[in-house]
Amino acid sequence: MTHALTALTMPKFGLAMTEGKLASWTVSVGDTVREGDEVADIETSKITSGYESPASGVLRKQVAQAGETLPVGALLGVVADAEASDAEIEAFIASFKADTEEEGGEDADAASAEPRLVTAGEYTLNVRDAGRRDGVPLLLIHGFGGDLTNWMLNQDVLARHHRVITFDLPGHGASSKDVGDGSVTILAEAVSELLKALNVPRAHIMGHSLGGAIALALLRDYPDTVASLTLIAPAGLGREVNAQGLHDMVEADRTRDMQNALQALVYDKSLVGRKMADNVLKVRRLDGARDALRAIEAACFGNGQQSFDLRPVLDAARIPVTLFWGEEDEILPVTGAKNTPDFVVKHLLPQVGHMPQLEKTAELNRLVEAFLEKSQVAA
Amino acid sequence: MSKKSFRQAINEALRQEMRRDPTVVLMGEDVAGGQGGSSGVKDAWGGVLGVTKGLLTEFGESRVLDTPISEASYIGAAAGAAATGLRPVAELMFVDFVGCCLDQIMNQAAKFRYMFGGKARTPLVIRAMYGAGFNAAAQHSQALYPLFTHIPGLKVVVPSSPYEAKGLLIEAIRDDDPVIFLENKVMYDDEEEVPDEAYTIPFGEANLTREGNDVTIVAIGRMVGMANEAADRLAKQGISCTVLDPRTTFPLDEQTILECVEDTGRLVIVDESSPRCNMACDISALVAEQAFGALKAPIRRVVPPHTPVPFSTPLEKLYMPNADKIELRSNPS
Amino acid sequence: MQISQETLLRSYRAMRTIRVFEERLHREFATGEIPGFVHLYCGEEASAVGVCANLTEQDTIASTHRGHGHCIAKGVDVGGMMAEIYGRKSGVCRGKGGSMHIADLSKGMLGANGIVGGGPPLICGAALSHKVLKDNGVAVAFYGDGASNEGTTLESLNLATVWQLPAVFVVEDNGYGEATGASYACAGNQKDRAAGFGMPYMECNGSDFFAVHDAARDAIDHARSGKGPVMLHVHLERWYGHFEGDSMSYRASNEVADAKKNRDCLESFRKRVEQDKLLELSALDEIDAAVADEVESAVQAAKQAPWPEEADLLADVYVKI
Repeated sequence: MTHALTALTMPKFGLAMTEGKLASWTVSVGDTVREGDEVADIETSKITSGYESPASGVLRKQVAQAGETLPVGALLGVVADAEASDAEIEAFIASFKADTEEEGGEDADAASAEPRLVTAGEYTLNVRDAGRRDGVPLLLIHGFGGDLTNWMLNQDVLARHHRVITFDLPGHGASSKDVGDGSVTILAEAVSELLKALNVPRAHIMGHSLGGAIALALLRDYPDTVASLTLIAPAGLGREVNAQGLHDMVEADRTRDMQNALQALVYDKSLVGRKMADNVLKVRRLDGARDALRAIEAACFGNGQQSFDLRPVLDAARIPVTLFWGEEDEILPVTGAKNTPDFVVKHLLPQVGHMPQLEKTAELNRLVEAFLEKSQVAA
Repeated sequence: MSKKSFRQAINEALRQEMRRDPTVVLMGEDVAGGQGGSSGVKDAWGGVLGVTKGLLTEFGESRVLDTPISEASYIGAAAGAAATGLRPVAELMFVDFVGCCLDQIMNQAAKFRYMFGGKARTPLVIRAMYGAGFNAAAQHSQALYPLFTHIPGLKVVVPSSPYEAKGLLIEAIRDDDPVIFLENKVMYDDEEEVPDEAYTIPFGEANLTREGNDVTIVAIGRMVGMANEAADRLAKQGISCTVLDPRTTFPLDEQTILECVEDTGRLVIVDESSPRCNMACDISALVAEQAFGALKAPIRRVVPPHTPVPFSTPLEKLYMPNADKIELRSNPS
Repeated sequence: MQISQETLLRSYRAMRTIRVFEERLHREFATGEIPGFVHLYCGEEASAVGVCANLTEQDTIASTHRGHGHCIAKGVDVGGMMAEIYGRKSGVCRGKGGSMHIADLSKGMLGANGIVGGGPPLICGAALSHKVLKDNGVAVAFYGDGASNEGTTLESLNLATVWQLPAVFVVEDNGYGEATGASYACAGNQKDRAAGFGMPYMECNGSDFFAVHDAARDAIDHARSGKGPVMLHVHLERWYGHFEGDSMSYRASNEVADAKKNRDCLESFRKRVEQDKLLELSALDEIDAAVADEVESAVQAAKQAPWPEEADLLADVYVKI
């Protein structure tokens, strides 16, 4: 009889990652793991993150040892039924290695999706479209000053069961730099243009921070396009905002200054290394990028507080909505999550800052999966 | 974003800035390459190694100016034009030719602003090829950035990769001071991902290409790639290195150098310029003065010998720093 | 072509200002109060003024280490120049350039220059700016017979011709490069040098304002009209040494006295305007008095002006670091 054997492989966090270091195993051989459990810590030049088991079973073999640096797709270990024989495991490892050598070690599915430029109305948007093609897609909207790589730990995981689209907002990343008056309304219009350009009449929308406000504005202005809302520390639900912190993230022009500015985003400051700051600076330094952000900053947080109120949109929503908020958020205080309507499924996360998708990746991914499954059923 | 060579990155930087700013003009020996030739092809070369190819076609003869072989007059003209409203990018071809026009750089362009009491702006870029490894022998192989770094009033850029070259060249063109931009001739075919859009990299901020705990390797220009290779090999032996690319030798990011030395306690400097009074000396003095207490071991320099650059291949190999020499000198044991 | 009264008055004033300025410097230098090197332009006034009378403020000139005359002729502030020569903070270069580096780009004055032959390449660049920016401007390089032997000058004659630049090369030939005679140091002659580059050549008597003015007008018109560069060879004599303190033992004892007596551009100007009834001499006397006052106040103000401060040492090396 054959048993289910699953390869644990070096994950690809973000587009530029070609190799990673297995910092440590967090489970031992013989431990039972469930799909989604963290089994190892992976370190790249940009970030250290937990690696989740893609399957349930028993960790039968640690092929890679802590401290080893391996290419993306390399075999780290094997999860299998407890009943599988050692010989089966060994044969699986041998055949895996033979296969990857043949394929050049590249993962052929979601992780290999390359970003491309899409013309959407007046905008040229950088879009990364991953995952299966059926069902209602999930569109992820990053926050102010971010880009699609903010979702590097989420997109490919969620794309195992959904079509997941990430993109750079106008003025951000590799997208065109014209942002009009910089308002949430204009940015929501750009998102609706993108959905049209991709022939997506309706999508589940997940928005982070300013992206959350854009998601709400999309629901307000283009209600038919939104199947469900996942809001992560969204703007628009209160007046308070760390405007100085956001300003620093726009204007910092030295690695050290940017690193300091970005640390306001997270609870565990060690998550933000020089490389992450360098990567943000690479985008900031594109012609027109800072001016675009300044326009949005002026329109959205001009006088030290949020200039728009989208709470009525949330109150009136007739679709499934879930809300995530880090209790230690230094950008948009968690008080924004107070007094939300009862139908909103709320997750307040202790010891998490403004970036739950980065700081509590596994938990967030799992909760979003579950939420989407329910929403699909409801839809 | 797409893969671009060092040559393409520089060409694209020039092209984008010339489109953006009509006062940007190019001049130099054979930057078009073909004026007055019997074929009638005016942009036959586009630079002796093809770096400025195609720019004459797009911007015309009034902005892409072939010069006679007379460095003193056209480098001086570039300085004069910069002081009077243009943003010239003058190509000196091989930096070794600076012997023919040092006055125009050292006594004129570099000093206008100070001598004139702050009332002059001289937005001049001088591009030139430097470096050994091309069998180009003693008069076409020098790495003369210390010479320029010594002169107050000049900024000196030594890019280490295509991405760096594009951003630093655009920054140089937009800068209001005279900038010497040195391109290692061995690197023109090196490729990496380079954004299609224009972007800038500020001067005076070092780039850390590796972060480690045991040794800081400061490397300049082409030496950065070699230092990275050495650091990768040392990592396999359990020695983790920081590799620091200063990007500009003036302004020099002293703070980051000192911080890295504080973190690692060991410093290796890789500099392919002649060893007396070069950047390795300069940075050694900085660290000896300001971070002596952090040093766990003597500073080590990986530099060529005090000789002209030899022609013959085995001699040139002996002359040059390389990853093996860096690895050996960077191993604390 | 008749020169307007206004131009004549302005030109006389400029020449007189140069003369009084330089003679005063000669006396003040001897007191030991003026630091550094000073090279005087006395005797050559008609050259700078005759050429610059044909230029507008946006035209550009580059000068030499003997630059005070060119500065005054191009409109640089006399008080600011004097303060600069005294090394004061109120100087046109804030005391950081001194006599050899007086410049004022807002007046199209690209600088006196401590390097012999430094100016001609710069003027090729200024002329290129005028050409590319299409502002109808002309650039003029003043340089001496000594600088005419510099490679930079010869390269510039070639480059300006190759690029067909709106440039004028004014050779101020005073017969000496420092202490060495042009008759020894200059092979061939300037005319043949111009011809060697296919460049139009003109020459004139540098002690006669009217001769310089008319020759310069033709040269500058030629360059401005887009026909390419011109060489203007001005024959003149300097009345003082190469620098202040030079005993001029290399010159015949009566050479300077003879020049002062027989070839003084100010005297010849007065004679000419009187003879041709171009101006009233009383108007020139008024100018003489006004210039004497102006230079006197410039010296007094310079002596009392504050020195630069420690912070000035580090300022203005770069626009931005």
